[in-house]
Amino acid sequence: MQLNILRELAYRGNFFTQIFQSLLSLGFGLLGLAVIFDHTSMLDEWQPAELLALLGTYQLVGGVINLVIQPCMQQLMREVHQGTMDFTLLKPADTQFLVSIRQVQIWKLCDIALGLAVVGVALAHLGATVGVWQVLMFIFALAAGGSIVYSFWLMLATCSFWVVRVENILVIFQDLYQAGRWPVSIYPSWLRWTLTFLVPVTVATTIPAQALIGQLAWPALLGIAFFALLALLLSRWFWLFGLRHYTGASA
Amino acid sequence: MKTLLAVYRAQFKTSFLMYLQYRTSSVLWLLGMVLEPVIYLVVWSTIARANGGAVDGYGVGDFAAYFLVLSLVNHLTDNWVYYEFQERVRQGLLSALLLRPIHPIHADIAQNLTYKCIMLVVMLPTVGALALVFHPAAHVMLFTLLLFFPSLLLAIAIRFLVEWSLGLTVFWTTQMSAVLQAYYVALFFLSGQMGPLTLFPVPVQLLAQLLPFQWMLAFPVQLLLGQLDQHAIVLGLVAQAMWLCLSLALMTVLWHRGLRRYSGMGA
Repeated sequence: MQLNILRELAYRGNFFTQIFQSLLSLGFGLLGLAVIFDHTSMLDEWQPAELLALLGTYQLVGGVINLVIQPCMQQLMREVHQGTMDFTLLKPADTQFLVSIRQVQIWKLCDIALGLAVVGVALAHLGATVGVWQVLMFIFALAAGGSIVYSFWLMLATCSFWVVRVENILVIFQDLYQAGRWPVSIYPSWLRWTLTFLVPVTVATTIPAQALIGQLAWPALLGIAFFALLALLLSRWFWLFGLRHYTGASA
Repeated sequence: MKTLLAVYRAQFKTSFLMYLQYRTSSVLWLLGMVLEPVIYLVVWSTIARANGGAVDGYGVGDFAAYFLVLSLVNHLTDNWVYYEFQERVRQGLLSALLLRPIHPIHADIAQNLTYKCIMLVVMLPTVGALALVFHPAAHVMLFTLLLFFPSLLLAIAIRFLVEWSLGLTVFWTTQMSAVLQAYYVALFFLSGQMGPLTLFPVPVQLLAQLLPFQWMLAFPVQLLLGQLDQHAIVLGLVAQAMWLCLSLALMTVLWHRGLRRYSGMGA
């Protein structure tokens, strides 16, 4: 992992490109909000500052996914495809841990930093209504949401032991993640259902933002935590199950 | 001319077979293309409902019609050749393309048209199903329908030329992903992908009039749906014709300049 970061640090030019791209993507979101709130003062019970918090969360979580989850899982699938997975399996550490941290796109930290800044600005606007307790809930919900997204990706990547071309399913995740920019409550039920149970977008964006602005009751939060734990265990089990059935390209 | 036709026939055949091979990926790309209009359709409908049924004269049904037609026109004008240009230059595939006796744009046009025709088979039922969910309201008249097709063809040609030129910038920069993202943001807001341009602040509308984006997408959509008066229709068609010439000139100039640079790099 250290080697990886050093390798990325060698390409400083990418840093400026990434800052530019992160700012563009943030500007994209902000312009969207500006156009929307030119015509209305509330979007489905969400005030401008609250939607700003959601946008920050969206950028933050997107950053985490692009920083480590997506690059790692894509590399895993590539290795299975090319047969070099065998070498990774031989290494004397837990393979799941290894495959989950070894590919880091360090410059995506820009997205995370910008996301945090936006959440900060939103908090300043919301002012008195946000307490320490809500910030804690936010962090907790983020962790749970992140775990669920990670488990989802790991399970899909594990599928590549049997089916060679799963990358395409991941394209869908990126498209659907776009929907997380807006509160899921506005979508028609079939889309909301998809974004919540089929592909974990709601838990990663709307729910943490709701926790922050105090619209999430603690039983719901406990439910999410339970769900996250379940997802982690399930993906772990599925991964081990997959490994047992993995025969390699050469063996 | 006759050879060119034969070339196109051959290209259609190979691309057709290629897309049949990659049918799952193609369908998945398509889902992404439909999802975005649906997201903004929902956002605007939510606002319209909260404002008592309409935003600046656009009711929920009008938004539905706008975004569903938009997703179709977006599919028909869409083009991804600028992604391929990166690989072409990086892997040296372009040298092989240059050896062929005809301009590489012909192969791209043929491939692009094949994809669009094949994918209409999936796209039309999808949009039809969405129409059942979202209840679009539109009054299409015969004369706008007749004008729609030429303006759609112009839009396809302009977008293809502009995006092909965009792909050519790879001769000058190695940071294509940033260029493409900037293009995407401009396209999203100024072409009407986010919503009808009349809902935007006046300076943005003026900017959109001066740039090619809305003539590649929003104009044919609004033309078909009868949301434009005669004056705007004539203006739009003239603007489209002008941008067709401009983008053709741009593409030619960039292609010749770029090629000189490319051979200068030692290939």
